[in-house]
Amino acid sequence: MGLSRNVSLPTALGYKGQGPFLTFILHRIGGMGMAIFIGLHILASFLSGEVGNAINAVYESWLFQLFIFFCVLFHAINGLRITIVDLWPRLIEHEREAIWLEWAVFIPVYAIAAFAIIRSALGG
Amino acid sequence: MATKSRTLPLSKRGLNFEMLMWIFTRLSALAMYALILFGVIGALIMGARNQMSFADILRWGFMPNSTHVQSTNLQDLAPWSSFLWNFTATLLLLVGTAHGVHGLVVIADDYITSPAGRNIVRLVSIVTMIATSIIGAYVLWAL
Repeated sequence: MGLSRNVSLPTALGYKGQGPFLTFILHRIGGMGMAIFIGLHILASFLSGEVGNAINAVYESWLFQLFIFFCVLFHAINGLRITIVDLWPRLIEHEREAIWLEWAVFIPVYAIAAFAIIRSALGG
Repeated sequence: MATKSRTLPLSKRGLNFEMLMWIFTRLSALAMYALILFGVIGALIMGARNQMSFADILRWGFMPNSTHVQSTNLQDLAPWSSFLWNFTATLLLLVGTAHGVHGLVVIADDYITSPAGRNIVRLVSIVTMIATSIIGAYVLWAL
């Protein structure tokens, strides 16, 4: 027997889970973004030719690079937090502090990367 | 206040496939961290400091495969396409594909709840995982 869900979509979208929920949903979006990007990227390198070049042209645009690096970096840092907390379960007590720490690492690293990406997009 | 242990012993938790994949997701995350650091440090040792931009080093770190540094001003690609780096890239590919496909199954399970649907998701994901691994390994070793 399958599970049933009794929550309507508007209620689900209005769920205020705050910090932990935000990391959960961003982890999910980032993971899916990476899975789609890397799958297509492998396929593009395999096909090469016109189709492959058309796909790779998308990946070389700086807007896409900003997006995919957000996915990768957030997924990596959040994943490290999940791994540490899950392997040492007593740390669950400090989950909210861990999430603040995570943003404190993510924001500067992403800012540096975004600066580098935008600077090279502007041609120098 | 006595602190009560929040964890169950392994015998009560059950050692099934989902539990193994749960621990695999965590350990493969650590393994990917190690492989990425290995790739970045390797690139810096091989002279990436003088010949590459920030983006190229990231590209090398996330997948140390020589086609990722072809477009930079490297003179000699030979040290970048050695057996060691092909092997490292293949390891990262296999670990990453398994981690990623399992993640997609976890997401799909939140929305597809009928047993038949879940079986289809598992079948499709196994096919996707094997196909991506083979195509990726072909790209790394043969192209």
